[in-house]
Amino acid sequence: MSFLQDVLNIVIKYYPQLLKGVGNTMLLALTGTVAGLVIGLLTGVIRTAPMSKNPVLRVLHKILNAIIAVYVEVFRGTPMMVQSMVIYWGYAFATGGKTLALIPSGILIVSINTGAYMAEIVRGGIISIDKGQFEGAMSIGMTHSQTMFKVIIPQVMRNILPSVSNEFVINIKDTSVLNVIGVTELYYFAGIIKRQSFETFQTYLVVCVLYFILTFTITRLLRLAEKKLDGKENYTVFGSQSDSAAEIHISKEAEVHD
Amino acid sequence: MTDKVIELKGLEKSFGENSVLKGINLSVEKGDVLSIIGASGSGKSTMLRCINLLETPTKGQILYHGKDITAGDLSLSKYRAKVGMVFQSFNLFNNMTALENCIIGQVSVLKRSRKDAKEVAMKYLEKVGMAPYIEARPSQLSGGQKQRVAIARALSMEPEVLLFDEPTSALDPQMVGEVLEVMRKLAKEGLTMIVVTHEMAFARDVSSHVVFMADGVICEEGKPKDIFENPQNPRTRDFLSRFLER
Repeated sequence: MSFLQDVLNIVIKYYPQLLKGVGNTMLLALTGTVAGLVIGLLTGVIRTAPMSKNPVLRVLHKILNAIIAVYVEVFRGTPMMVQSMVIYWGYAFATGGKTLALIPSGILIVSINTGAYMAEIVRGGIISIDKGQFEGAMSIGMTHSQTMFKVIIPQVMRNILPSVSNEFVINIKDTSVLNVIGVTELYYFAGIIKRQSFETFQTYLVVCVLYFILTFTITRLLRLAEKKLDGKENYTVFGSQSDSAAEIHISKEAEVHD
Repeated sequence: MTDKVIELKGLEKSFGENSVLKGINLSVEKGDVLSIIGASGSGKSTMLRCINLLETPTKGQILYHGKDITAGDLSLSKYRAKVGMVFQSFNLFNNMTALENCIIGQVSVLKRSRKDAKEVAMKYLEKVGMAPYIEARPSQLSGGQKQRVAIARALSMEPEVLLFDEPTSALDPQMVGEVLEVMRKLAKEGLTMIVVTHEMAFARDVSSHVVFMADGVICEEGKPKDIFENPQNPRTRDFLSRFLER
């Protein structure tokens, strides 16, 4: 019984720190994932864009592609923990001792790290869309960018949502590595609580449960979002007798085709 | 000369070493319904895709009212809005309902207001008999229904010419019937159409001209009556023999 009591005591005594940790972890994971997705979409659109006939634009496009390729390889190929040290202390080194604010540095690191993964996720999403979707759009005169933003990206978003929620969950957990530069996320507070309470196992058990609650809630919520994006399972056949709502909804058209 | 909507001059297309079109000359006048028949791999679809510049010709000219579109005399987007296309695999936008499929091009390419676009879309969905299904997504429709929506989408741009790339090849016999019926109706109304098809009855009864292609060249060209009843070229005769025996 005394073990449960210890655990409960930690929660009661340290809940302000725990809550602050949860808040910061979620802030880092959420902004990092969203910013990473934006980076992924941008790089995905650039990398799949057709090469321009204009030689200057062509060269520019190739340079951009090369930069993106290097970015993806470097940030996917090194641990985020090491990246955070290199970026944080690299900035201090370059500016002769100035340091960045911790939370913004954390957000920056998570964003560019996630962006590297998202770049590949989005690229995969775009190339998996049937070529016919592009041709259908081209055949009615839509430009490449119109096709991208109105036809392709909406479908890509739906298709990559499971991978995006995966990244989000990974970020909730992996922002814990940011404690190496002192970002005050959940794991950082766990260290403080442990040193004050001397109850290492109990402390980390509480933190463990908190991480799980966060990830589990997020996966459920994103699953709901997926269902919502799939749209209605049924559609109304206008003019059918079973549907009175149809006539109200579409009164204008109903005159034309009864 | 003036009435030629589309004219192909010495059109050639090769994919790497593989030469698919070997010098095609063809012209289509306003109101023509041109059927292109021939064995699979004869270059019919490639030729049609070249007309809409979904494939870039290797050599030759494609003239639209006398202007060479391969030379960039005309904005590609404007040209494609004038020369619509219906595909074998429908290619409806999966993220939109039937109605939205017919609206999007009008709004983004022709810059029509949503309200006008909706009216036009309804008019053509009506024409193809798909008005009751405007809220359905492509995944909820049968093949024949999808193809009719695809035709309505192309018509909503109010094109001058409509290209059909084997529009019934992915459909079962009943659905083929409903799509061909729509196409017959359009032909009767005087729409200029170029149809790549394996539906010989359609080519014979509906078109004003028939072109028989083999190995990337036009073997024979003429009125459907002449082609079907009295083919001159032995390859045409061979290709049509099975159909003619019936």
